[in-house]
Amino acid sequence: METAGAAGQPVLELTGIGKEFGAIRALHGVDMQVFPGEVVGLMGDNGAGKSTLVKIIAGNFRPTHGEIRFDGNTVHFYRPIDARAVGIEVVYQDLALADNLTAAANVFLGRELKRKFGPFAFLDHNAMAVRALELFGELRSETRPYDLVKQMSGGQRQAVAIARTRLSNAKLVMMDEPTAAISVRQVEQVLGLIHRLKEQGVAVMLISHRMPDVFAVCDRVVVMRRGEKRADKSIRDTSPEEVTALITGAKEAA
Amino acid sequence: MAMPLESPISFTNVGRIRWWQRGIFASQTGYVLLALLVLLIAMHFASPYFFTQGNMQNVAKNFSFIAIATLGITFVIITGGIDLSVGSMMCFSAMITSMVMSGLSTPGMPGAFLFVHLAADGKTVVANVPGLILLVSILAGLVVALIGGLVNGFCIAVLGLSPFVTTLGMLSIVRGLGYVVSNGRGSFPGGPDADYFYALTSGDLFGVPAPFIYLLILAAVMAIVLHHTSFGRHVFALGGNEKAAELTGIPVIRVKIKVYVICALAAGLQGIIVSGWLGSAPANMATSYELNVIAAAVIGGANLAGGVGGPLGAIVGCVLLEVIRNGLVLAQVSSYWQQALVGVIIILAVLVDRIRSRIT
Repeated sequence: METAGAAGQPVLELTGIGKEFGAIRALHGVDMQVFPGEVVGLMGDNGAGKSTLVKIIAGNFRPTHGEIRFDGNTVHFYRPIDARAVGIEVVYQDLALADNLTAAANVFLGRELKRKFGPFAFLDHNAMAVRALELFGELRSETRPYDLVKQMSGGQRQAVAIARTRLSNAKLVMMDEPTAAISVRQVEQVLGLIHRLKEQGVAVMLISHRMPDVFAVCDRVVVMRRGEKRADKSIRDTSPEEVTALITGAKEAA
Repeated sequence: MAMPLESPISFTNVGRIRWWQRGIFASQTGYVLLALLVLLIAMHFASPYFFTQGNMQNVAKNFSFIAIATLGITFVIITGGIDLSVGSMMCFSAMITSMVMSGLSTPGMPGAFLFVHLAADGKTVVANVPGLILLVSILAGLVVALIGGLVNGFCIAVLGLSPFVTTLGMLSIVRGLGYVVSNGRGSFPGGPDADYFYALTSGDLFGVPAPFIYLLILAAVMAIVLHHTSFGRHVFALGGNEKAAELTGIPVIRVKIKVYVICALAAGLQGIIVSGWLGSAPANMATSYELNVIAAAVIGGANLAGGVGGPLGAIVGCVLLEVIRNGLVLAQVSSYWQQALVGVIIILAVLVDRIRSRIT
């Protein structure tokens, strides 16, 4: 599979990104590009700097050094909502769901559909449920919009979190360990969804520990170690063995 | 991928949640409501006076005196916060209202000439515009509550102080200010508009006590706000998972400030109504009422951990407390038992809910 937009303009371009927390250097000199319709696997051991990098792109942290360009423009994110405004969606590892609300309510959290009655705007429960059911259908998840999230299985919760990213026209979707805690069949569904995002020209960044998943869907793999980028290779030019060696440090860089 | 994505989904593995396992039937509010109905029936057989019109009016009036404040604090409790300054706020608002009313009705006081003049006999005070003094004084009482709520909200949402400590401080500050402005004396609503004031606060409409009518209107508004506006949805989300609320772009700070302002305004309004019934606003009015209000909310099913609660629960909690108090009086049990019993009921209500959620 050819990297979809390799000739075009990258949707995300990081130059020299660095982040320090006091005396701790979490990231150093990371350069990276992600193209539209491309699936990039971000791998690395715990503490390698993956999460920090994701949080910088998502607007949770501001980088100490470096520049982020999105869609050709330099961007500065002060809050996660800024990143979302330009078209970056994140599926967080803990999913960021409110257990006491229904599936539909969670999908539309923070961007509820409303109907106007004079000066008042009321929630349009029906429209939200219909749209949520559509999204769950696309994800092949047996999830009822009016069920409470606290009564749901791990896979259903994952589907709710992923359905959220489909509400807007996101250009980049980052998924933090989306396949870590779900069943084999549901992993298959999540990977299927990633393919669908790719077909629609959405760039996907997959943060995962699971080598088979990365090799099943990614076009390119980026390996982080000790806060630095150690490898950035097309999936065809590498192997799980090489990636493992890069993650553990048995092989310094490639 | 082998998985076809377009075919419609079936729910072969996911059953529908049964009607008795969701909504009100699966909530603490539902169980407490059931307990209340049983109690009402038991009371009917225990005392022939219980279901008389006079006693019912009494019960409705008495629980309305804490129920409006309970509606307000329910907002705060749903977000996972707490407001201990409710009792003090009730007193301070009532005090300011009656002081402003008396002040504006006394010719010679600053600003009073705008509102009143002396009649030809040189003694009777006549309002320039009937009802205006009432309006201004009630607004004054609500404005001080609004300021108190804003300070609470600012400290908790912006400065990140703990709600418990902030509102504990506010409890003391507001009570102290009450003593300062009144010099420790009570204040009385007076002047030409006092009659309107009493009619609005302790009067009745076709035999239904006025506070009870306000309560029903406010509860209906609250139900709509909580379940049919995005603000209400955000209040629940905040109590369910504050981090998620923040990540999904909910204006957490603004929602938090709003709930503390709503709570303070409800307390202020409640205080003003209670002072109309008492005929004065003593400086020690509504002391420790915050505990009754929180108890009523918790008995009615609001969860102090956040995420659960509603107007029906708030009212059911208040009614249950009042029916027990009323029942003990009718049964000629020493009123000292009331407080102990309330404590037992708080624990029982939470216990039953815990057992239920373990079973299902």
